Amino acid sequence: MPRLPKLPAPPLPSALKEPPPRPGDPNGRKTPLQEAAEAGFTVVDWVDERTSLSGAGRWLLFRKVPKGTNWFYTLGSATMFAFLSQAVTGVFLAMYYRPDASGGAYESIRYVTNEVFLGQFVRGMHKWGSSVMVILVFLHMGRTFFWGAYKYPRELNWVIGVVLLILTMTMSFTGYLLPFDQRAYWATIVGVNINGTGPLIGPYLSDFLRGGSEFGATTLSRFYAIHMLLLPGLIAALIGAHLYLVAKLGTTAPPWSKAEPSDELREAEV
Amino acid sequence: MADRRLKHKSKYTLDRGIPGAYEGETITRRRFMTGSAHTAGAIAAGAFTLPALGFALGPIFKSTPHRWEAVGKAGMFPDNNYVPVVTTLTPNVGEAGKTTVYIRKFNPEIDTDPYDKGTPYIAISSRCAHLGCPVRWVDAAERFICPCHGGVYDLLGRRVGGPPVRPLDRFYTRVNGETLEVGPRFSVNSELRRFSPRDPGEPLDGIGQYLYPSRPGAQKL
Repeated sequence: MPRLPKLPAPPLPSALKEPPPRPGDPNGRKTPLQEAAEAGFTVVDWVDERTSLSGAGRWLLFRKVPKGTNWFYTLGSATMFAFLSQAVTGVFLAMYYRPDASGGAYESIRYVTNEVFLGQFVRGMHKWGSSVMVILVFLHMGRTFFWGAYKYPRELNWVIGVVLLILTMTMSFTGYLLPFDQRAYWATIVGVNINGTGPLIGPYLSDFLRGGSEFGATTLSRFYAIHMLLLPGLIAALIGAHLYLVAKLGTTAPPWSKAEPSDELREAEV
Repeated sequence: MADRRLKHKSKYTLDRGIPGAYEGETITRRRFMTGSAHTAGAIAAGAFTLPALGFALGPIFKSTPHRWEAVGKAGMFPDNNYVPVVTTLTPNVGEAGKTTVYIRKFNPEIDTDPYDKGTPYIAISSRCAHLGCPVRWVDAAERFICPCHGGVYDLLGRRVGGPPVRPLDRFYTRVNGETLEVGPRFSVNSELRRFSPRDPGEPLDGIGQYLYPSRPGAQKL
């Protein structure tokens, strides 16, 4: 390979010039900070060489967005972060919670609220965060509806979003029983009986939810398993599919923004 | 792809239409391997999915044995007013398994409906027939009143106002020595005809009993 001519050094004042390398140290001496950065690059390169993850990251994060993109477009990721907050606080609440219908469930929640360091705070995040998530889901859905962002080719993403809405409401319903106080108990009685009023399959549905003909010991553990094992996995998987379609199809421009032909096209017309 | 297959027909398999098959083969090895791999996968997936599904759905079809719970001396219940009694509906779940039952002695002047003949004591469930909240007997008004959505029932548990779709459920009763025992629940329609227990919110008049079938595990007393 022919050797390329070296460019002359820019005429900088000597204070700004890089110091020449020390004798005997052909690459120049690195500061500890530079060495740490080099180590970081090495690790990232090692992983990327074996997974090509940086390409996926660029594909997901460095997309072109339409002109007119505004703060309303953040409602979807706000919902996702509300879900992540629920997932993290829920995992830590599960370390203390006991799904014991004969008094242990209420006692464990009382213990978290009154005794555990920051327990009231983490439980409050989970409790209020659930309402925040439901509100954000509806705002996100309203934005999609009023912007017309559900239209071709994004119908499937709307369908996935509706399933996510139903799963979120099911999360709220199953989570409401877990404190096992009077309100939780009677709200669940009423909620299960509302399910039972559906003709033909209603009675079977309410028996399935209760795990029997009457509210019993299995009802609470059933709701707990649905709340913490079944639904979070489903929701996480569907959020993945939702995001994939967003990245694949791109976002829509707001309905009021007008399509402007580029300068080249305009000149070509003339 | 399909065109290429048509062009390169093996002389051995012309009659059978299987490209690349050897003499005597009725199915290619590739197809056989694909099919058997899919079948093995389906069997493996079914082996854990079906038992898990049955495990989750099992309680719908389970029949629970009848329980008879002693509620007190038979003589303590008058025939013109209800006495509330707390009894256990589901054992081993503490307070969550308990319910209030309103009991009174059979009164031939009040209980004139033919379906009530032969019941020594009337035991009315406090579970509202609308959505299952606990109703309360209000002595002064001679009404059962539900706190949740305003269901109102008369002395016999028949609906007189609000959203409930049928009268209050009842329990079978029997006298064992001097003790009154409360047995399994049953539901009634607006004529007080008896049906196997239904959940609240499920009407039993007209086609209601067919729209809301009783649970498969329900046993006749």
